[in-house]
Amino acid sequence: MKAYLSRRYHFSASHRLHSEAYDEERNREVFGKCNNPYGHGHNYTVQVTFSGRVDPVTGMVCDLGALDAFAKERLIEQFDHANLNLLDCFKNRVSTTENLSQEIYRIFGEFGAAHLERVHIEETSNNSFDDVGGGMPVAGTL
Amino acid sequence: MIFLTRKAEFSSAHFYWIEDWTEEENQRVFGRCANRNGHGHNYTVEVTVAGEVDPVSGFVVDLKQLKDILEQEVIRVYDHRHLNLEVPEFKTMVPTTENISIAIWKRLEGKIPNARLHRIRVYEMPDLFADFYGEEG
Repeated sequence: MKAYLSRRYHFSASHRLHSEAYDEERNREVFGKCNNPYGHGHNYTVQVTFSGRVDPVTGMVCDLGALDAFAKERLIEQFDHANLNLLDCFKNRVSTTENLSQEIYRIFGEFGAAHLERVHIEETSNNSFDDVGGGMPVAGTL
Repeated sequence: MIFLTRKAEFSSAHFYWIEDWTEEENQRVFGRCANRNGHGHNYTVEVTVAGEVDPVSGFVVDLKQLKDILEQEVIRVYDHRHLNLEVPEFKTMVPTTENISIAIWKRLEGKIPNARLHRIRVYEMPDLFADFYGEEG
């Protein structure tokens, strides 16, 4: 029996939207207030959804403790209270939440115990982003 | 491909009524919503668009631009209005949450550069919402 498991994590980070490919004027034009040279920050919420067969003995899609430990090491310890622009993954790309979604999808794709279906990131209460790995979202999720 | 969702709010009055029906039929089907003096809600609309991330800007769409389009095409027309009396599409269509989601889709379709409209979700209140994925959905 297949089921879906979602878990939410939170981290707070600063960033600045700025591309070396643009001059200063173009950066201000494209990124507006997000281009403020001193940066700004958000409380990000990351919701990861995994699918898998429910283990007939444990009743679980995957071990939540193992998922939390993975998230602590690979997500929270890397991103929480960090400046996103200084992380390796944003050396050559802008720290938009679109790009952040793709990076976090890549990270949780390496959690081997269940199949990653979706990464959903809330940047503010009004903006959110989803990476479902290129295909169409599972019915009812988005 | 990334899916991006932008949320906005509007507050409007409405009532449910079909002119071709008798008062009894309207009351039976729509109950309290058929009160012709109207009532209102704080609506939340979530617009989800899908597109590829621009390799330079890192954007699917400019969120500010999406906010402005939503404001211009929907919020300005619906907010603090009586949907039945002041919004053209509801002169002939009952302003249910389902129909509002379809109407917002039609208002936004083709107006968002570089992205495909994926879903309109309208909350009439936090416990009740409708989704529309376009004619193909």
